[in-house]
Parts: sequence; structure tokens; C-alpha cells
Amino acid sequence: MSWAIRCRNLRKTYAGKPPVEAVRGIDLEIAEGECFGVLGPNGAGKTTTIEMFEGLIEPTGGEIEVFGVRWRDDPQSIRRRIGISLQETKFSDKLTVLETVRLFRSFYPSGPTPEAAIARVGLEEKSRTWIKNLSGGQRQRLAVAVALVGEPQLLFLDEPTTGLDPHSRRQVWEVVASGKRQGRTTVLTTHYMEEAEQLCDRIALVDRGRVIALGTPPQLIAQLGGRHVVEFALNPAEAMDDPSEPWRDLSGVIARRRERDAIHLTVAEPHVVLPLLLDQLARRGWTLARLVTRPAKLDDVFVAITGRTLTENGSANGAERAAENG
Amino acid sequence: MMAARRFSPLVELTLARCREFIREPDAIFWVYVFPLFLVLALGIAFRDSPVEKFRAAVLNDPSAEATLAALEADSRFAVEASDEPTARSRLRMGRIDLIVAARPGERPTYVFLFDPTRAQGVLARDAADDLLQRAAGRRDAAERIDQAFDEPGGRYIDFLIPGLIGMGLMGGGMWGVGFASVDMRIRKLLKRYRATPMRRSDFLASLILSRLLFTLPEVSLLVLFSSWLFGVGCAGSYAALAGLVVLGALQFAGLGLLVAMRAQTIETVMGLMNAVMMPMWIGSGIFFSIERFPEAVQPFLHALPLTPLLIALRQVMLEGAGWAAVAPQVALIVGWTVLSFAVALRWFRWT
Repeated sequence: MSWAIRCRNLRKTYAGKPPVEAVRGIDLEIAEGECFGVLGPNGAGKTTTIEMFEGLIEPTGGEIEVFGVRWRDDPQSIRRRIGISLQETKFSDKLTVLETVRLFRSFYPSGPTPEAAIARVGLEEKSRTWIKNLSGGQRQRLAVAVALVGEPQLLFLDEPTTGLDPHSRRQVWEVVASGKRQGRTTVLTTHYMEEAEQLCDRIALVDRGRVIALGTPPQLIAQLGGRHVVEFALNPAEAMDDPSEPWRDLSGVIARRRERDAIHLTVAEPHVVLPLLLDQLARRGWTLARLVTRPAKLDDVFVAITGRTLTENGSANGAERAAENG
Repeated sequence: MMAARRFSPLVELTLARCREFIREPDAIFWVYVFPLFLVLALGIAFRDSPVEKFRAAVLNDPSAEATLAALEADSRFAVEASDEPTARSRLRMGRIDLIVAARPGERPTYVFLFDPTRAQGVLARDAADDLLQRAAGRRDAAERIDQAFDEPGGRYIDFLIPGLIGMGLMGGGMWGVGFASVDMRIRKLLKRYRATPMRRSDFLASLILSRLLFTLPEVSLLVLFSSWLFGVGCAGSYAALAGLVVLGALQFAGLGLLVAMRAQTIETVMGLMNAVMMPMWIGSGIFFSIERFPEAVQPFLHALPLTPLLIALRQVMLEGAGWAAVAPQVALIVGWTVLSFAVALRWFRWT
């Protein structure tokens, strides 16, 4: 197997008082042709990690090889083979889409024509429009077009769809999917688990500068031990915080969690758990205000491991701490 | 399938800078139109005004008539007859320059009352004395011929135009390169460039090239305008002038890059720019000769990057000097240019 990226014990500490350990020892191997997702909450170290891969941030420690080449040995040969879309780049307001893409195209020895790169993200009609007059989604698609102009073998997309309209998001997804059909390696960061599940062959869940889980989406979900989640809310609402927690010891409940307005149970088989749960509620005179069963998602995996949801920042909140069942 | 067209990074980068510039109407105004207003305003303010008339009062006495006639015959004098208290009061207020009183006697005698600390008073006394001596019958021993000196090159506007060219080169280079690179850093465009195989030398060359492309019309316009309006010319060769303009543009592009090499906010770079340019606005001789500063600070003033450029521009434009005469200044300019590019490239921050 040949690797697009390999890194060993990758670390980055930003100087300061106190120093910030953004990445604290990451080992990864990303295969050629793979679509690899780096998933984690804001501040987990996703961007720092990916920018070290891109040669934009000097690691504090550890080794990185891109296509078997280390950054310090031959940076230009790596740069010719990668394309990147930064989390935020403001291209010049008063250049048109075509002028911008042509500028970046001039840096690469080969690749699609500027017009073809623009067509891949569906911006043909905006070719002659100043960037100032593009919407957020169109700008993000332009960033992706710019990432494609060197026909990269390795494409980095840092949160390419954050805040995008559905049309732009589908367009970006299509770029990733068609790249994969051509054997291109894509590394993308996101905090949308749904995006990661849909696009990525493998996913690294990152939290506080470390990889806390790694595998294909089904493998990660399998780590939960159960493939389904039962979400419910009660009447009266205080019953959800009742210390007796009658759902705790039901047979088939693998984990339970108090969310802001509901209780989440991770279960292997909903049809076994549900009658038992209803029976317990009836005995106490509580009724269901809401009930949903759904397949488990990556977010549930993240919560199960860290006690926090992907979309929240910083440290765990007591009310939402996961409770493992014995 | 059509073969992929080749695009030159240098051409594309330079085109991008030029497009951004010409699509910014404000920039066009400040770079091209504003300096012309400056020339116009300063040229008019300092244009050569006619010599002021001497204002004299002749005291009322029997011989006043003859004295008045003698002075009035000369167009330089505005004369009035007056009593003594009024005349003294007017002299104290500065309304007149001189009081003349004829004293009767065997030999004609005139008393001149004036403020010896005011040049105009002294000049008025000398001129009046001369007229009255002749009226009294003096014959000059030698003949005198007056010639007005008004050759181009000697007027204030002639001194000013090279100063304004230098000031434009400084402002344009520092703002054009310094501000633009900090702006690109803030927008993370530099970081994005860094992730491509773009060569640093292409990027740098595009900054310089676009600077030169903006500068040449700017200076040409200034030279043409001042020549048309005030008859300011270039005594030396226009090739030497163009050469100095290019050197100056390069020097200040380098300084702009130096000032901007680490700055991460617009406020920082603006502060640094002003700190660097202020001593040169004052001390490099844009508006008046640096000879007026004390001897002790002269070496420092001569070492400022703008000073040698202004000296060389004036030597070429006013005195018709060639390259050899301005070699020491050119060496200083080249030194500053090489130094600032070398340091700026070594420490330039891309992210």
C-alpha cells in the first residue's frame, strides 16, 4: 500500500503564557485514493493538524511524509502535487472569478484550464463577476476551484461546507466524489458528522489535540456497541432528572445520556427495549412527551467517548456528561 | 484536445496587482491627481510676487514740496505728506517704512527716521537717500545697468518639483508595497500563495514591476504638468531623470517591504510607515534645503534614504548633472535598496 500522508507523533505547541498544546501526538496513515475525514469540535486541533500536512505550520515535534517526501527535503515537489482550500481566504475583491483562477493556474506546470476548473464547481455564470459580488457559498466554491487548478493528487479541504447553502454544499460534495472516482486522495476537516459519514472512507475523531477514534464510519459506530439510539422526553419534565432513572437497568441499554431536552439511550435492538421502557414509565405515571428512534450517528460516538457533543466548544458540561452503563 | 495554454506567474501576478489598482478610483485620485493639486497650490502660493513699494511720509515744512516731488518721481515710492505725530504713530504701527524731514540750512540736510531692525526700513532709507542726493545735484561717478535674474532653475517652484517627485516615490513605494503586502497577509492570501509552487522571486518581482508601472505615469504627469504650468524643465538628460526615478521607486519598494515584513495588522503597518516617513518629510529637503538644519544633524539627514534621491534629482534637473556627478548619491540609494530587500526577504512573514 502506498501512502499519501504518514505522520508520527506529530505535535504542535504554540508559545504563550501558558503555552497552547494544539496537537499532542498524532499518528496517522492516509492511503492514496482514500477520502479521509478529520472530525472534531472547534478547537480540537483539526486545522493545525491539516496545516502541518500542508507545510504551512512547522510542527513542534514528529515526522510528516507526503507521498514519501518530507517537507524540509523538497517542498516544491510536494506543493506541485497538492491543492488546498483554507478555512478562510479572502481573494482580491476587485478581481473576477476567472482572473483569480487563472492567476493560481499560472503557478502550476499542468492542470485543467481555468474555465474547466470553474465549471467543476458550477461557477461558469460568475466567471466575469468581481469576487466582491459573490455570495459566501460562491466564494467557498471558488476556493475549491482554486484548489483544483493544479490537478492535485492530494486535495485538502478545511471545513469546505461550513455555513454553506445546500446547493453549494452539494457542489463541493460532488467535487470530492468525482475526485475519488479518479483516484485522488482527499483530506477534509469538518464538524458535520453527516458530511463525514457520507463522503469519507475513513475518519479520525480528534479531540484536544489527539485522535480518540479511527476507522470507517460503520466501525466507529460499532464501537458504541449498539447501532440505534432511542430519544425521548417525559411529562412531567422533572421526571427526566429523577434519581431512580428506571431506564438505567433495562436489558439491552448500552449507554444513556441526558441531553438538554431529552434522554438518549444507545441500544442494540429498539424493539426489545421500547416495551420495557413504556412499562416502567406507566408504573410511575409518567407519559412520553416525545419519542424518536434512529440509527446511531458519529456524533453519538463522539459523545460516548468525550462526554461532549461535536458542536459545543470547550469543556464538558455536567448536565450533558455521558453516563456509561456498567 | 487543445493543448493547455501556458500562463506566466510573473505576468499574472503583475496583472492582478495592476487590475486591483486601476479598479480602485480612490487610489487613482490620490496617486495621480492629488500631487498635481499640490503642485498647483504650492506653485501659486510661492510664485514670485512683485517687490513691495516703499511707503514714506514727508513732514510738513517749507521744503516739503520739493522733497515730495523728488521721491514721487520714483515708482518704487508711495509718499504722503503728514504732520509729525501722525507720521510717528503710523511708523510705529508698521503702516509706513520711513519718515523724511528736511532741515533748513546752508547745506541741504535730511533726517531719516526708520526702524533699523526692519530690512524694508533700511532699504527705504537707502533708496530715498539716493534720490534726494541726486535731486540735490550729485553726479554718479560710474554708470549702473540693472538686469533682472529670472532664469528657470532658480525659482522656488524649480526647487520644489524634484522634492515632490521624491515625495511621490517615497509615498507610492512605501504604501503601494507595504500596505498591499500587509493587506494580503491579513486576508490569508499570502498563506494561500505559500501553499502553491509559486516562486517567491516571482511574487517579489511582480510587486516591483507593478510599482514601476504605476510610478512612471505618475512622475511623467507631474513633470509635464509643472513644465506646462510653470515652465519647470530638466536641465540634465531625461534618461538620467528616468534612471533616478526607477532607482527611487525600487528603493522605496524595498523599504515598504521591510516595514511590512512582520506586521499583522493595518494599524501596526500604518504606525511604522509614519514613523519611518516622518523624519524624511521633515529632514530630507522636500520643501526647503537641508542646509538650514544645524551642522550636527547633517550626517544623519544625509543618510536618510530620501535625501540622496532628492539631491541627485535636483542636480540632474536644476544643474544638468550627469551620472558621474551623482554617483555618491546613487551608491547610497542602491545600498538602501539592497539592504532592505535582503532583510525583508529573510524575515518576511507569509502567514
